[in-house]
Amino acid sequence: MERIKSNAELDVQRQDILSKRDQNKPCIAICSGTGCLALGCNRVISAFKEEIRRQGLGDKVDIKETGCPGFCEKGTIVVIYPEGIYYLQVKPEDVPEIISETIKGKKVIDRLLYTDPSTGEKAIYESEIAFYENQKRLLIGNNIKIDPKNIEDYLALGGYRALAKALFEMTPEQVIEEVKESNLRGRGGGGFPAGRKWKSCRNAPGEPKYVIVNCDEGDPGAFMDRALMEGNPHSVLEGLIIGAYAVGSHEGFIYVRQEYPLAVENVNIAIKQAEEYGFLGENILGSGFDFDVVVHRGAGAFVSGESSALMNAIEGKVGEPRPKYIHTSESGVWDKPSNLNNVETWANIPLIINNGAEWFKSIGTEGSKGTKILSLVGKVNNTGLVEVPMGITLRDVIFKIGGGIPGDKKFKAVQTGGPSGGIIPEQYLDSPVDFDELTKLGSIMGSGGMVVMDEGTCMVDIARFFIDFLCDESCGKCVPCREGLDQMREILNNIVAGTGEEGDIELLEEIGGIMSIFSLCALGTTADNPVLTTIRYFRDEYEAHIKEKRCPALVCNDLISYYIDPAKCTACMLCLNNCPVDAIDGGKRKIHVIDQSNCTKCGICYDVCPPKIGAVNKISGEPVPPPPREEERQIKRGKREIEGV
Amino acid sequence: MNLEKVDKIIDSYPAEQGSLIQLLLDIQSEFNWIPVEAIVRINERLQVPVSQIYRIASFYKVLSLAPIGRHLIQVCLGTACHVRGGPKILDKVEDCLKIKTGETTSDMKFTLRRVNCLGCCALGPVMLVDNDYHGKVTTVKVKEILEIYD
Repeated sequence: MERIKSNAELDVQRQDILSKRDQNKPCIAICSGTGCLALGCNRVISAFKEEIRRQGLGDKVDIKETGCPGFCEKGTIVVIYPEGIYYLQVKPEDVPEIISETIKGKKVIDRLLYTDPSTGEKAIYESEIAFYENQKRLLIGNNIKIDPKNIEDYLALGGYRALAKALFEMTPEQVIEEVKESNLRGRGGGGFPAGRKWKSCRNAPGEPKYVIVNCDEGDPGAFMDRALMEGNPHSVLEGLIIGAYAVGSHEGFIYVRQEYPLAVENVNIAIKQAEEYGFLGENILGSGFDFDVVVHRGAGAFVSGESSALMNAIEGKVGEPRPKYIHTSESGVWDKPSNLNNVETWANIPLIINNGAEWFKSIGTEGSKGTKILSLVGKVNNTGLVEVPMGITLRDVIFKIGGGIPGDKKFKAVQTGGPSGGIIPEQYLDSPVDFDELTKLGSIMGSGGMVVMDEGTCMVDIARFFIDFLCDESCGKCVPCREGLDQMREILNNIVAGTGEEGDIELLEEIGGIMSIFSLCALGTTADNPVLTTIRYFRDEYEAHIKEKRCPALVCNDLISYYIDPAKCTACMLCLNNCPVDAIDGGKRKIHVIDQSNCTKCGICYDVCPPKIGAVNKISGEPVPPPPREEERQIKRGKREIEGV
Repeated sequence: MNLEKVDKIIDSYPAEQGSLIQLLLDIQSEFNWIPVEAIVRINERLQVPVSQIYRIASFYKVLSLAPIGRHLIQVCLGTACHVRGGPKILDKVEDCLKIKTGETTSDMKFTLRRVNCLGCCALGPVMLVDNDYHGKVTTVKVKEILEIYD
């Protein structure tokens, strides 16, 4: 491949790629993101390859292994082009039928289509599926059309056009102005205006300057950066090169966490291809601008996703934050001016350059422009990655896109913003997804994690979970964070163990208040959010744990007991055989009884008892009813035998 | 201890402190842990103090200063997996292998770790064994999964 040396050559190259492609040739796009990988998409891909070879269709059908289109709940996702037929939950055994019916016969297989749970209607195309209908997918919409390992796919969709526009039609100052004007705010959590950051880095004295992509997505429950990096790495790269041109940088870093091996692989391939095509290296597109980029893998530390800590990690040091009164845009990597943005922020740049700030500003709310990718997970029907315009209500995200809560459970709260975010209860469901509005509720936008919780989630347990996580991840450099978290963890451990005391809630509030003022970096200053918001909205649950020694959600092991309802037990032996500690007594046609003194509360009996029998109960805050008398434990043949068990 | 392999890894990066974490990650994946000989070798070649290399190797979770088992089990306890019962999966694995999180079985077959999010939250609870993702794991399925590996 010869490097592209001008804007005109780029157009020729793009036309060349398009002319070689037959738009009517069938193409099978299969999601091979990490989500579908976990569901076994590799076996589906091999099955397609094998079937195509077997039927001698090798040159008549293309196969594309793509990034994540977001609907992870229904993976493996397969889309048949040119029609765009959307198949869900595809298994290897469906493959021969897809080839013979859909590819050859041009017929749609009903069974593999999306069925709307409320109307029962089938959806053939992406646009008809409720999950996608209410989204605005500017950043991840192309994922299913792109093989991330092939730069030509990105070019065919107009890729690197924004870079050419920036290099040949705009000065660096104009690029910065455009980004400033668009009011793009950092998607990594802080929400700081990207254009202002760029400007202060450009104006900072000192050479060289560095630009950095932060893909150290450590928030548990969040995977939007992973999907972009795996699925469309060139969009991030293009944004980064434009940013480098704008701030006057010739060297960049992409910091990817090691837990994302596929993202590391794909971005490395993307860099190599971009070099070959002339988008990286010396004299990019013949413009005279030089820029190189190196991938750094993170070695597993949540705190090193903090911007100054990440820069320490790039220098090969321990990833601990630096004091924040020195701006990294002035003194970052090796004390040189450094501009760091999150993956999603960078991916927005080509869109803004191509379409202009005015267009970008037309999407979203007064203070938050554009779209936001959210990872919608937890107790929600349609889990996955969703991209929505800023300003959409939480209710629409959870119920219209997410399809509501599974089972007959009731919505309880939604946790936004990762471990340092907060918990938002039902009465605020009509609040918009917006940086400032979420902050008002005591939570944060963060990087866009959205964990839905139903009535079976204990708020004290969840607060403890986050504090436990943060406690492990706190680097220990500053006292308020290190000691504050440790004390909070101890208090919360006591509360869930049933040894909480009066005054614990107030003490938690006091510690949290101190941490939020005096900690060194954002990890510490926001670490109290999960505790303070759960206290603010679910104080009664804390009080139930402390005063009544009761866990209302029936989660905290020390406060619950498992109990077999003798009126419902059919003596089917399932729980008895699965109990790992032999704590269940009973036999065939003899009602089972849990020996409370031996029970370790592992919950396996509860999980294995068939739902239509539902004999195993969890109780809390009340004594376990005494077991039935020996003579009452015999079940006569025929009596209370339930079909199918 | 094969120091040639260590040298080869060191050679593949620029000889500067900035490469330290990257080459430690490579040594980790080559040997499955960071042997002390490797630390000494990096010290000699890069002129970075042993204390500093040790500090990095002990700070980052992926790097291990003790040998780990043939199969690495990582049970995800990210938020999404937590609310879907991840802790019970971890308990069950501990129970099956008779080890605690962070430990290795005496036959060096399994090392058990907890991990804070593997990014496939839609499939929680998730358990990763080596490079195989197991999604929607139940306590009943844990034993079947462990039996796949020898």
